[in-house]
Parts: sequence; C-alpha cells; structure tokens
Amino acid sequence: MVIIDYQAGNLTSVVNSFQALGMDGRVTQDAAEVAAADRVVFPGVGAAGKAMATLRELGLDRALQESFRKGTPILGICLGAQIILEYSQENETPCLGLLPGRTRVLPGQPGLKIPHMGWNRVRFLKPHPVFQGLPEEAEYYFVHSYYPEPAEKAMVLGVTEYALPFPSVLGWHSLVATQFHPEKSGRFGLKILENFLAWDGADAE
Amino acid sequence: MLSKRIIPCLDVRDGRTTKGIKFRNNVDVGDPVAMARLYYEAGADELVFYDITASSDRREIMIEVVRRVAAEIFIPFSVGGGIRNLNDMRAVLLAGAEKVSVNTAAIQNSHLISQGARAFGSQCVVLGMDVKKVGVSEAIPSGYEMVIHGGRTPTGLDALWWAKEGERLGAGEICLNSIDADGTQAGYELTLTRMISQAVSIPVIASGGAGTPEHLYAVLTQGRADAALIASMVHYENYTIKGIKQYLQKRGIPVRLAW
Repeated sequence: MVIIDYQAGNLTSVVNSFQALGMDGRVTQDAAEVAAADRVVFPGVGAAGKAMATLRELGLDRALQESFRKGTPILGICLGAQIILEYSQENETPCLGLLPGRTRVLPGQPGLKIPHMGWNRVRFLKPHPVFQGLPEEAEYYFVHSYYPEPAEKAMVLGVTEYALPFPSVLGWHSLVATQFHPEKSGRFGLKILENFLAWDGADAE
Repeated sequence: MLSKRIIPCLDVRDGRTTKGIKFRNNVDVGDPVAMARLYYEAGADELVFYDITASSDRREIMIEVVRRVAAEIFIPFSVGGGIRNLNDMRAVLLAGAEKVSVNTAAIQNSHLISQGARAFGSQCVVLGMDVKKVGVSEAIPSGYEMVIHGGRTPTGLDALWWAKEGERLGAGEICLNSIDADGTQAGYELTLTRMISQAVSIPVIASGGAGTPEHLYAVLTQGRADAALIASMVHYENYTIKGIKQYLQKRGIPVRLAW
C-alpha cells in the first residue's frame, strides 16, 4: 500500500493510524510506485491549485488515473476527495477527473463559521464494504471550506449537513473518498481504514 | 449539524502532567500519554496540551510526548506553550499534532501567524489569547486587554482588535482564555467570549472558569463559543465527559455521543 505524498499537508496522522492497524504504508512521491501499488491512499490538506500543480509535476496525476483504470482500491481523504473530480472552484482548477463533477465552495451563512471544522454527522445512503460496521448515527471530524459534488447521484454514499446537505462520502468502482478525516475520527474512523485495507475494490452492487 | 466540542486541557511540565491530578484506576495520571488515552476513550472531541516547561533545552521531551500521543489517539489535538518560531511549529506538527497554538510569540512577532498559516495551512494555526478585563479606555476600547506571561504582563493591545487581526493574519481558530476566570471554577467569561466570537468568523474555543456543566451550556449558548475547554472538572473526577455531554444534549446542544 502506498500513501501519496504531494506536499499537501501533514501525513503523520494518516501514517500513524494505518500503523495502529498493522499496516506500514509506504509514503511516496514516485509515480511508478503509485501506479504499481496494490492499494493507494490519497490524503491531502490545502489549496486545489497548488496540489494539482505538484501532482502534474510529479506525474502523479497519470499514476492515479492508471490505478483507477486498473481497479486498484483508492481512498481519497479531504482534499483527496475533492480533486478526484473534474474541476474545483478553488483557484479555478482543472482536476484529475477520476469521477465527473465539480468541487464547490461551502456557502457562507450568518452564524455558520467557515471553514466547517469539527465533528459532524454522516448520513449513509447505501451500503458499501468500506463503510460497514459503523453505527447509524455517528460523527466524523471535518476541516474544509469546499465540498465535492459528483455529477452522478449514484456516486454519493453519504451526506452531511452544514449550510446545505453536501456529499461527504463518495464511492465509484474501486474508488472511495471521504471529505472528513477518518484518521482523526476516533474508533469509527479507524474502522473505515480497517475496512479499506480488507476491500478488494469491487462495488457493493 | 456540527457538534459543539468538549476539549480537556492538560498542562505538561518536563513531560509530566501537572495540577496534581489524582491517581485513578491504575492509570498513571502524571503521564500525559496515559491521560490522553483515558480522555480519548472517555469521549473527548479533541485535546489541548499546554507545555509549561520552563527551560528551552528540554523542549525535545515535549516533542517525544507529542509523538507518543499521536501514535495512540486518533482525534485532533493541539500543542501550545513555548512555540517561538516556525521551526517549533514544524516540530510539533510533524510529531503528529493536528494544530499548534501560538500566544506570546505571536504578539511579539505577528508574522509568525501568517508564516505558519502559509507553511502549514490556517487550520493548523490556533491563536491562543490570554485576556484580562481592564475597563474601557482610549487605548483599550473593548475593555479587555491582551496579557502575557500567565497574566502578569500587560501588552497594551486590545483583545477585540487582536482577535480580528489574528484572523486577518491567517489564524484558523482562537483559543480564548480569561485570566480573570481561569482557575475559579465559577464559570466562563461570557461577555468576553460572546464579543470575540461574534467579531470573527473562525471558531472560538472558550477557556477558563469551567466548574459545572451549566457553565459549558452558558458559554456555548450565550457566549456563542464553538467549543469549551475543561480541566479541573474532569481531572478531579467531579464530572465525566459523557455526563457533561448528556447534560448538554438534554438542553438541546448538539454533541458527539457515540465513540
């Protein structure tokens, strides 16, 4: 398993939480290594523009596209759940396009602070192997100002309310992605990572 | 709906927790890692470590504590105290802290906030504010002044102005401590918390004065705080985090109850 390092935030927590589950993920910037990996974690915090520039520079955009095409299980986290779409409103950035759709800014509202930071509930819309064994009502840890909006409703596995109901969990073929941070979401977050490690990349249906 | 966060705060000196937390259930309460684990399992939403180690040559001890905590607990935690420059911030974050809190050093050099936000992202940079009520004057129009060195040294800076300035410079959150309320267990400083929370659009953690669950209710409603820091109430086992959260939920405050 590889954990992609494209200079978008601190990977310590992601590495630690997989280590707690007995998996030493290999942190890498190497495109060939990513394309060859049997499992890919795609974390990230920061701005879409700079992130995409770095991914392209390192050839990691193509590596990720190849992994997805081959059916390698991929887990996107936070920024890694946004730039898998075609486009981000943040820095008006063309993105990876693994899934059709756009990343949009969370609308401001009186009394609602941006970024959306803290624990919020996820309403799961359908079963998926990576999100099984979780309580029906539980909160996960979010920090973000943008949210992913895939073009197809079928790609949305879970929804969270903040100013509006937004897609917080995505899944399509061998790709799953969470807008929240499973590595910072306590026992239920670890359960998601554990499920991901056991997943062969096949859809629920 | 976004939950209100309940955040235990641990003071650490030379790698050991202070405040005379009593021994309990075979847990070494002097060990910050064991304490962090205890509060993690008890339902804390986040943790704050405040390093009060006096000598800077012992800083590495705290980094080691951060590393061990990060390997064992999987909720966000921040580290403050003695953060003087970008290198201190980097060391704490790379050791596994989610956020780093700057206080005195940010007042002495406000670039530290903007540099930190640029290097690591705003979400990592917490502006720690120690505030004292001094009364309205020309120099301090809000009536609240920023103080440093645990409240002993006034800075001449208006707290309301500094909160807005901190946000402008790129702080992602404010941890607002009332020096007057701190340690009293008589309730948070509601007027101050409300004033700051309404003036900025970043989250505000209220700190200082928590003694009962009613105090948390007040600061999360009247005080408009997004999160509440607690210390003695849970350190001395007068209350549990779960009990506090159940009380808040009954009064209509959204809290995280499954963990």
